[in-house]
Amino acid sequence: MSNQANTLFDKVWDAHVVRQIADGPDVFFIDRHFIHEVTSPVAFLGLESRNIGVMYPERTFATADHNTPTINQHLPVQDPLSANQLKALEVNSLKHGISHWGLGHARNGIVHVVGPENGITLPGMTIVCGDSHTSTHGAFGAIAFGIGTSEVEMVLSSQCIMQPKPKKMRVNVNGVLGKGVTPKDVTLYIISKLTTAGATGYFVEYTGDVFRSMSMEGRMTVCNMSIEMGARGGMIAPDETTFAYINGREHAPKGEKWDEALTYWKTLKTDDDAVFDKEYTFLAADIEPMITYGTNPGMGQGISKSIPTSDQVEGGKSTYDKSLTYMGFHENESMLGKKIDYVFIGSCTNGRIEDFRAFASIVKGRKKADNVIAWVVPGSHIVEAQIKEEGILDILTEAGFELRQPGCSACLAMNDDKIPAGKYAVSTSNRNFEGRQGPGARTLLASPLVAAAAAVTGVVTDPRELL
Amino acid sequence: MAYDKFTILTSTAVPLPIENVDTDQIIPARFLKATKREGFGDNLFRDWRYNGDDTPKQDFVLNNPIYSGKILVGGHNFGSGSSREHAAWAIYDYGFRCVVSSFFADIFKGNSLNIGILPVQVTPEFLDKIFLAIEADPNAELEVNLPEQSITILSTGESESFNINGYKKHNMTNGFDDIDYLQAMKGEIKVFQEERIY
Repeated sequence: MSNQANTLFDKVWDAHVVRQIADGPDVFFIDRHFIHEVTSPVAFLGLESRNIGVMYPERTFATADHNTPTINQHLPVQDPLSANQLKALEVNSLKHGISHWGLGHARNGIVHVVGPENGITLPGMTIVCGDSHTSTHGAFGAIAFGIGTSEVEMVLSSQCIMQPKPKKMRVNVNGVLGKGVTPKDVTLYIISKLTTAGATGYFVEYTGDVFRSMSMEGRMTVCNMSIEMGARGGMIAPDETTFAYINGREHAPKGEKWDEALTYWKTLKTDDDAVFDKEYTFLAADIEPMITYGTNPGMGQGISKSIPTSDQVEGGKSTYDKSLTYMGFHENESMLGKKIDYVFIGSCTNGRIEDFRAFASIVKGRKKADNVIAWVVPGSHIVEAQIKEEGILDILTEAGFELRQPGCSACLAMNDDKIPAGKYAVSTSNRNFEGRQGPGARTLLASPLVAAAAAVTGVVTDPRELL
Repeated sequence: MAYDKFTILTSTAVPLPIENVDTDQIIPARFLKATKREGFGDNLFRDWRYNGDDTPKQDFVLNNPIYSGKILVGGHNFGSGSSREHAAWAIYDYGFRCVVSSFFADIFKGNSLNIGILPVQVTPEFLDKIFLAIEADPNAELEVNLPEQSITILSTGESESFNINGYKKHNMTNGFDDIDYLQAMKGEIKVFQEERIY
């Protein structure tokens, strides 16, 4: 390594370049590869047609999550196409010696929940998966990003992909978050400022008091949403919070290996005089509980604000009008008090234990509103077990909520958890694109607290009034 | 999978002047359940193209017979969102070989290049000129010249150059892919792997 000041991103990236191609991408080594049932089958077909094998099967981990049902997981999967994909994942994993946590396995869950909670995700690693929310793992100071199926085939066959090195961006958020303002609000706020294309071509490092004092669950929520502003990924330098989270987890280093790893991990930070290509600074005090009103995650704002007019937002009027028409909203309307039909808490963005604790903090002692159908979906079986152990399930049951089984569920509605056309859902997931939660579904992205407030009142409600 | 060589493409184009077209629109998640790569073109832009009862939406451009061609022209920030390569497969399977926009999302751009679709990024001004040319004459042709890295509106003669890295350009013009390249350097990867701490 040269004497030049480096960013955290440079340190991890440069340590994984096998070869630099002149006027081309870097041949980039991948430490950990996660696969799921939807984006891997064609990659395995590719291997077969070329008659090549998996180079390092111990570096790939399979889990079923995208189209798994969230009820009756002990029964055969009813949808034949989903069942076929799940079977393909199992068969391909077995054939190539890849660890497979299928439906019903005690460690099964959403890929970006199970990786960290089992200590597979570690600082300084490169991690990829055929899923754009792989950026989640950046919370540990790893370089983690989503890839396409052609690249899944590259990783399986050579443990490398071809990547041009992205530019570097730093996003600082300083100060202390107000009451009822969560990591989800921080990320929705940043995306609303940068827009969905604002960080395209960049890899982001999040710094400042707000992220330093954030739990690992919160950091994962923030890094998870990096892709929603176009960034390939986002990362946060590891610290004592990170080390404490990892220590003792199943795949984490133990004994002497732990000490060695710790020494290395402590070097993983941006040098003081390192330079970024772009930098933004925001103040925690400016961030309210957020909610989206449109059809991309950049169309969000403080929950107390009115829907902007087309001249207040970037981009063309026709695209903006199309979006509001789809949502059934109008310029200048208030979001507060809007009647909603569904609430979804879960997903790789907000499906961790802390999210259910937050949800329960508002639900406790109240009742689910009669006009609301709520889907409460843990990110993994481990999260599900925690929900039960901590008494959260009792609070939910008392308030009229049912707990479902783990999976991606209504985030992308590949299983039966679809929001019907025209209905409004307050969702803790990551995307409010047209039809994302079912054809014609209207999604309002928000934090677990905002979701809980909507679930018990039946309308968009400021959670600070219920805390 | 090796794909067709791409050198010069001369074709009419299909205009889609909408910004932030995300991959959930290009191919909705419920159509991602296949275990093979073929057939996704039928569901390209499914929910913009068809009503709930599967009848075509007459006002959507793919249902308008006056527009056709191997080039899709999209608004700013094309291909954002999910990393699903199925989006690129659907565009390819439908018959497009080139997508033109003033800005592409990263993963979509990479996926396209990996399967033989050329993403051509032009300036916003040139994108407007393309939309105007197609509006004036739906039979207006574009010429995309990869060796020269240029795109020309043949009806007006207006032209602009575009960027692509030399490695990818070489691959596309010859129909090579990254897996061939990586397979040829496995020895080097092995040595690298042995020194990894993880």
